[in-house]
Amino acid sequence: MNNLSVEHLTGIKDLTREDIELIFKTADSFKEVINRPIKKVPSLRDITIANLFFENSTRTRLSFELAEKRLSADVVNFSAASSSVKKGETLIDTVNNILSMKVDMVVMRHPNPGAAKFLSERIGAKVVNAGDGTHEHPTQALLDAFSIRERLGSVEGKKVVIVGDILHSRVALSNIYCLQKLGAEVMVCGPTTLIPKYIHELGVKVEHNLRAALEWCDVANMLRIQLERQDIKYFPSLREYSMQFGLTKEILDSLPKEIIVMHPGPINRGVEITSDVADSKQSIILQQVENGVAVRMAVIYLLASKIERQ
Amino acid sequence: MEKQVILNKRHFELTVNRLCYQLIESHNDFSNTVLIGLQPRGVNVVARLKSQLEAILGKEVVCGNLDITFYRDDFRRREKPLIPSATNIDFVIEGKNVVLVDDVLYTGRTIRSGLDALLAFGRPKKVELLTLVDRRFKRDLPIQADYVGSTVDTLHSERVSVEWKEIEGEDKVVLYTPETNE
Repeated sequence: MNNLSVEHLTGIKDLTREDIELIFKTADSFKEVINRPIKKVPSLRDITIANLFFENSTRTRLSFELAEKRLSADVVNFSAASSSVKKGETLIDTVNNILSMKVDMVVMRHPNPGAAKFLSERIGAKVVNAGDGTHEHPTQALLDAFSIRERLGSVEGKKVVIVGDILHSRVALSNIYCLQKLGAEVMVCGPTTLIPKYIHELGVKVEHNLRAALEWCDVANMLRIQLERQDIKYFPSLREYSMQFGLTKEILDSLPKEIIVMHPGPINRGVEITSDVADSKQSIILQQVENGVAVRMAVIYLLASKIERQ
Repeated sequence: MEKQVILNKRHFELTVNRLCYQLIESHNDFSNTVLIGLQPRGVNVVARLKSQLEAILGKEVVCGNLDITFYRDDFRRREKPLIPSATNIDFVIEGKNVVLVDDVLYTGRTIRSGLDALLAFGRPKKVELLTLVDRRFKRDLPIQADYVGSTVDTLHSERVSVEWKEIEGEDKVVLYTPETNE
C-alpha cells in the first residue's frame, strides 16, 4: 500500500487504517526533513495551493503554510475577514474564482459542517479540510495520534480520554475516528450538557468524573471550552467548570501512573488546564505543534501525487 | 527471465576490497571524509565498505544514509508516490569530502537527486561518486563515477541486481535478461 484510498481529505471517517499508517510513515520522513539545516524539499515545485480561512486560526493556518512552503509549493492565502465574502459572494463562486487562477489544491477552514465535502464534490482541485464547523478537523486528529505514537511507541491498545466541550468540538470527533481506527480505546469526559446525547453509539465510553477518567487513561487530551460556539449557557460558570474538569498538577501527581497530557490549542490557562500542567514534562503540547507541520506535509505530499499533470 | 552472474562471491569480495584501497589512496585516514549511501540499496554498499575500511585502518569511518525521494524529478509522473526511507546524517558535512555511494549507476537521475538532497545539509568541500556496478552508455545526464566496482554493457530491458549475503544469502551481482520470443 503506497497510495491513499481517498482523493481529498475531508474527514478521518473516510480514511482506512492503512491510509493513516501511510501518512504516519511519510510524516516520519518529513519530521527528519524539518530538522535539517535547510528545511525544504523541492517535491511540489509545480503545485499551487490556496489556503482559504473563513474562520479565525493561527496555529493551523501557520502550520499548513509552513508545510506547503517546505514542500516548495506556491501558496496563496485568503481570509474571509478581508474578502468579498463580506460583499455577499457564495462559497462556490469564491473558490471558482480562485481556481481559475490555476490553483491545484485548496486547504479550507469553514464555520459550516460539511463545507469541505460540499466543495470537494464541486471543484476539480484537491480539498484538505482544515476544520469545518463542529464536524471534523482531520489533520489535528492525525497529528494527535502521531504524537501519541511517537511518545508511546504505538496507538494500538492505548486508552485515551478526551476531556471538555465534546459537543462543539471537531477535534473530538476526528480524534475518536482516528484513535479507534488505530485500535485505541476512547473515553469522553465532561459535563452532561457538553456530551452529545448519542455519542456512545460511536463506541466510546462516557464519564462525568475527571478523576475516574484520568485513572483509567494513558493519555488525556484536554479541549478548550468553545464559548464562541455556545449560544446558550451549558454550565453555571467557567470557575465551576474549571473546578470540576480543570486538570491541575495536584490531580496529575496523585494519579497511580504517569499519563501524557495533550491539548490542541489555543490553551485557556487556568480553565481546562493549569499553567504548571501545560508546562510540565508530561505535557506534549509543543511536540504536537511540531508534528503538525510534518503530518500536514505528508497529507499534502500524498494528495498532490494524485494531481494529474496537464 | 534469463539470469547471468556478473560478479560471483569471490570476485565480489575482490572488488569491494579494491574499492576500499582506492578510497584510502585518495582519502588517507578518512579524517576529513565521510561516506553517504543512497537509499535504499546504496546503504548496503556503505555498510560493507565501512566494516572493511575500519578493519584496514583500525579507526572509525563516519557514514550516513541519504533518502532522495523528495528530490526526485519524476514526482506525479509515476502511478504511485514513492515511499521514503530513512535519512540518517548526524554529522556536519560542511567542508568535508563526501563520497556518495550507490549500488548501480544507470541513468544518473538518482545521483542528480542525491546531489540536490546533499546540499540541504551544508556545503561539502568535494563530492565524489562510488558505484559497485556501472551500466555504461545508459546515462540520461552527464554524471560519471569516480570509483567503479564493475562496468557492464546492458540493454534498457535488462535489470542489474546487486545481492547481499545479509539479505539475499549470497554476495553477487546478477544480470537479468527478459526472454524474447522473436
